[in-house]
Amino acid sequence: MSALAPLAALTGAGFRRYTAYRAAMIGGAFTNAVFGLLRASVLVATLRSRGGPVGGYDQSTAVTFAWVTQALIAVVEMFTWNEIAQRVRTGDIAVDLSRPIDPQLAWAAADLGRAAAVVLPRAAPILLVGAATTGLALPTAATPYLLGAVSVTLATLLSFACRWAVNLVAFWIVEIRGVLGFYVSVSTTLSGLVLPVTWFPPWLSALARATPFPAMVQVPADVLIGRVTGAAALQALGVQALWLIAALALGRFVLARGRRRLVVQGG
Amino acid sequence: MVEQARRQREGTPPSTAAAYRTVLASRLRAQLQYPVSFGFDVVQAALGFLFGLVEVLGIFHNVPVLADLDVRAALLVYGLAAAGFGLANAVTGQLDTIPTYIRTGTLETMLVRPQPVLAQILTSDVTLRRIGASLVGAGTLAVALPLNHVAWTPAKVALVVVTPLVGGLLFAALFLAAGALQFWLVDAAEVTSAFVYGGNYAAAYSAGVFPLPLRLFVVFAVPVSFAAYLPAAAILGLPGPPGAPGPLGWAAPAVALLVWFAAMRLWALGLRHYTGAGG
Repeated sequence: MSALAPLAALTGAGFRRYTAYRAAMIGGAFTNAVFGLLRASVLVATLRSRGGPVGGYDQSTAVTFAWVTQALIAVVEMFTWNEIAQRVRTGDIAVDLSRPIDPQLAWAAADLGRAAAVVLPRAAPILLVGAATTGLALPTAATPYLLGAVSVTLATLLSFACRWAVNLVAFWIVEIRGVLGFYVSVSTTLSGLVLPVTWFPPWLSALARATPFPAMVQVPADVLIGRVTGAAALQALGVQALWLIAALALGRFVLARGRRRLVVQGG
Repeated sequence: MVEQARRQREGTPPSTAAAYRTVLASRLRAQLQYPVSFGFDVVQAALGFLFGLVEVLGIFHNVPVLADLDVRAALLVYGLAAAGFGLANAVTGQLDTIPTYIRTGTLETMLVRPQPVLAQILTSDVTLRRIGASLVGAGTLAVALPLNHVAWTPAKVALVVVTPLVGGLLFAALFLAAGALQFWLVDAAEVTSAFVYGGNYAAAYSAGVFPLPLRLFVVFAVPVSFAAYLPAAAILGLPGPPGAPGPLGWAAPAVALLVWFAAMRLWALGLRHYTGAGG
């Protein structure tokens, strides 16, 4: 219990930090909602052209998928996040390393707080706009939401673990804007945010499934909208958990190698 | 030459245009100082548009026709949209940083200088690396143009050549209008990304993809369909969906100019609205 108390406090701090910027939240939600409308239109036009379901999505599930994935962007944090890279660059990372708490877990806890803080302002309005415009086909039973909540939490932690590992590249390269940009381009495309992974040509779909990215958006969205249920849903959560363990281990390895390169001057 | 010699004799300062040319040339040279890093940045800026292409091709993996476009026509539209957006992003993308300029007080420094604020912001960092999108656009066009069987006429050739510039002007106007709105919004700066980046996304598809209200919006309100789809429809001789007739594409240059003047007007209003932070 006492070991978890500092982590809980960090989660609370992360939550409060992100509830401070309300106007910025509205702006972000507005942009996500506009993209939700545009993407839903593209998916519907594709289905209309095909005259039937594509890759396991009919019109109502495709539209719901478009809105739910847009709502997940801010929660899972799919776009550029360079806080740790900046801390490595400025040397502030030394402060994190000297704290009596594991830096990766501490930042993961704060990131969960961030995610919790944006659910209401950055995810809920997008779903409301979706319900008001194209309509949403959300499940009526409770199970998809319970499993979905677990899945979104795992997706957030997985996204964090990957962002953490990529940020730590800053130990070796001073300006990692290009690395982060590359990461965002690849991860958003392969995550299912742009098109459902099942819509890709087989080779691209196979490539996507060999990465952790579908576990960040595609999987939680499918579980939430009730497209993946029962044993398949539990299996999907298991896959997410395995990717999370692998990504956390990678992050720890990169930090262990990186901190050997760290030279802190002064005091 | 004579004019310049006269100036030198009389000791008058060089013209404003010459001053801007010097400033611009120095900014461009500065960016090319580190060619490797610059190359990475261009590739990086191109990547997002390459992945956008993956999206378009992913859709056509499932269907032969999306709205009224087959894959060849869709590539033409995507290429035109990316080419135009890349140009606008390189020249006016810097307007994205206005919230920072306002918050840090840099804008007040600019206001006291004897040069137009807009010119100062645009020349403060001509981010040449952002031209990456145009490279993807040009590459896509190089593939798409021969694939489409167009009965070329001089007018159609002129339209296809001028469309990337028209698109550039349209998106530049969106960047400018978005920048102007920052004088009122400041904190909610991201609202305007919906129009700039959402507009770029919408421009890359047929207007027929969107339901009628949204279609009318992208044709008449924030007319991004004039950046690529409508000119392409005019060139290909497509009738266009209800509310977005293909021949309207011929009006694209006029529409872009109109939107640019409206954006300039909004910018002037925004600048007048700005009262400073007492810095």
